[in-house]
Amino acid sequence: MHFAVCIKQVPDTAEVKIDPETNTLVRAGVESMANPYDITALEAALGLKEKYGARVTALSMGPPQADSVLRQALSMGADDAVLLCDRAFAGADTLATSYTLSKAIETLGTVEPVDLVLCGKQAIDGDTAQTGPGIAARLGLTQFTYVLDVEWLDPGKRRLQARRKVEGGMEVISGPLPALLSVELEMATPRRASLPMLIASLRAEIKVWDAKAIGARADLVGIKGSPTWVKAIASPQLHRAGPKWDAAESVSAAVSAALGELFSDRDFEAGFAKGWKAEG
Amino acid sequence: MEEKFDAAIVGGGPAGISAACILAKRGAKVIVIERGEYPGAKNMFGGVLYGRALGRIIPDYAQKNCPIERNIVESRVSYLSEEGSISFSYRDQAFFEKLQNNAFTVGRAKFDRWFADQAKGFGALLVCSTVVTDLMKDGAGRVIGVKTDRAEGEVRAKVVLLADGVNSPLAAKTGFRPEARPGQIALAVKELIGLPEEVIDERFGVSGANGVTNEILGSVTGGMNGVAFVYTNRRSVSIGIGANLADLARQRVRPYEMLERLKLHPAIEPLIKDGKPLEYLAHWVPEGGYDSVPKLFGDGFLIAGDSAMLFNALHREGSNLAMTSGRLAAETILEALGKGDLSSATLKGYSERMKESFVLKDLKTYRRFSSLLETHGELFSTLPKGASEALRQILTVDETPKKARRQTAWEALRGRVGLFRLLRLVFDAWRAV
Repeated sequence: MHFAVCIKQVPDTAEVKIDPETNTLVRAGVESMANPYDITALEAALGLKEKYGARVTALSMGPPQADSVLRQALSMGADDAVLLCDRAFAGADTLATSYTLSKAIETLGTVEPVDLVLCGKQAIDGDTAQTGPGIAARLGLTQFTYVLDVEWLDPGKRRLQARRKVEGGMEVISGPLPALLSVELEMATPRRASLPMLIASLRAEIKVWDAKAIGARADLVGIKGSPTWVKAIASPQLHRAGPKWDAAESVSAAVSAALGELFSDRDFEAGFAKGWKAEG
Repeated sequence: MEEKFDAAIVGGGPAGISAACILAKRGAKVIVIERGEYPGAKNMFGGVLYGRALGRIIPDYAQKNCPIERNIVESRVSYLSEEGSISFSYRDQAFFEKLQNNAFTVGRAKFDRWFADQAKGFGALLVCSTVVTDLMKDGAGRVIGVKTDRAEGEVRAKVVLLADGVNSPLAAKTGFRPEARPGQIALAVKELIGLPEEVIDERFGVSGANGVTNEILGSVTGGMNGVAFVYTNRRSVSIGIGANLADLARQRVRPYEMLERLKLHPAIEPLIKDGKPLEYLAHWVPEGGYDSVPKLFGDGFLIAGDSAMLFNALHREGSNLAMTSGRLAAETILEALGKGDLSSATLKGYSERMKESFVLKDLKTYRRFSSLLETHGELFSTLPKGASEALRQILTVDETPKKARRQTAWEALRGRVGLFRLLRLVFDAWRAV
């Protein structure tokens, strides 16, 4: 079998801030990392590989520096890695990204058909959760979204059964290969690379494919292939529930006003008196 | 692992990367093992690097986009009392041109990564997020490699360079150097305060990516042996303070309390006013001086940088010594590799190179400096107060005749610090520096 895992390089969102004036993400000086959901997908692929036997190819679309997420994939145990890198790919929304990735998966398939595509349920920067389903739709793959666990995979019958998260519970579904899984963080705990694997990954040559290499149409990739327009990004206002009393003028006045208001509530007063007795 | 390296370097800081650059440039097979996610992720220092030491390793560093914040054109030393500040500053046109980048500020997260990229460019292998947990030794006790915290994590090497910094669990475990005593260590804390470039330019009287360093002594350390500093970066100011670990423990002072007090000092507050705190860092500084430097080599290993306690407490130079020791270690390793003899008989050459260099010469010159600060607590308590009061007396303009003013000034100083103590300080200071 042949598994393809899609890994996106994202800014470390713990450090990302939104510029309040321009309403855009401030990415300057922010560290990059592999999307944690995608690394979970890779770990899931490696687990399935160990159980059922398969080759795992890691795929990423991004600038040349995105090779670091592919090296991470190789260090963990991916057999091969391909970086989709072309100026024409820049500025892609999820429509163009899923097109580019599906063309790359088709290209991989010309050498060895891809039985399973794995990706994170979403990227932590855009949070759209659209790229995975987009790939499945374009390639006509069976879609398993929000997967928690693959219960079994039968290479002979070419079927798999998975548990997925749904609102209010879990759902167990099975379907035929080829398929796409978009995975939840609970699915697997990413392993730490051994030292020889880490060293080998640092020395590995990463394949780079451009638009031509995957036979992608120029009008469907990157900004040209992206009909989405970001109208605005905003930080939600922090709302703290509960009444407030202004203590700027006088603290004691504010405290007595607060107490007065609280004790004007009969229930509060009764509850307070009860608690007082119980303690005392 | 079967693979064998010429040299394994523990730690991707200035000492380790300097050595890696020199070794890799000359074709040696080098691995650098760094515990942080990337070099610089776990490092901190005041913020000043020296062009000469870096230039010996990367001659064209300025053309290679070295992330320099500001070229230092002025050095200030301030002596603070509770309310006053006596400053000495030196600015020279030479630092703008001929001696440009004699000293410059950098941010470690950016600089260390840039520096490591240079080493990688020369062919060194850099492995991050990996902790060296032990040294591998053969039957005769010769170091033959390191063990790391990863699976199959042994690395064999002909020689190991220990450049793992002042706080070294590896040293504690293997005893390659004695564990530092609290009296030999300072704990420094630093805050990075963001300010617009023009505001920094205006407050420090500079422009065009030039900057100022301000070393600060006096009562800000609350009587403890320590120093503070304010350094200019491009769009931020580094403000920090450190004190001897034994003093901090004795006085039960928390380092951040010292820093907050420093930030509120009337002479300092205007420099950082309206700034936005960006980062808060803390680190140990090995300030034990010459007598705390361990034996720098053994069979199959060498020690460099903070790990070897190389720090000039008077001139506040650490990275400089780290880079130079890393370079000299690398030169010794190259010689030993050439001879095919990595026993202490050849590696001893490192110790000799160090004694010939400014590194150990300077530390020897200032050998008595740390005990000077230890024995003369008045430097941090009564003397700044007395000196401030004396100057206040002299500079207050009223109808008192100058002679009487001079007399009260002198009395103010002597009232704080006894005459004998003052003479003793002058004598000891003369001997120490």
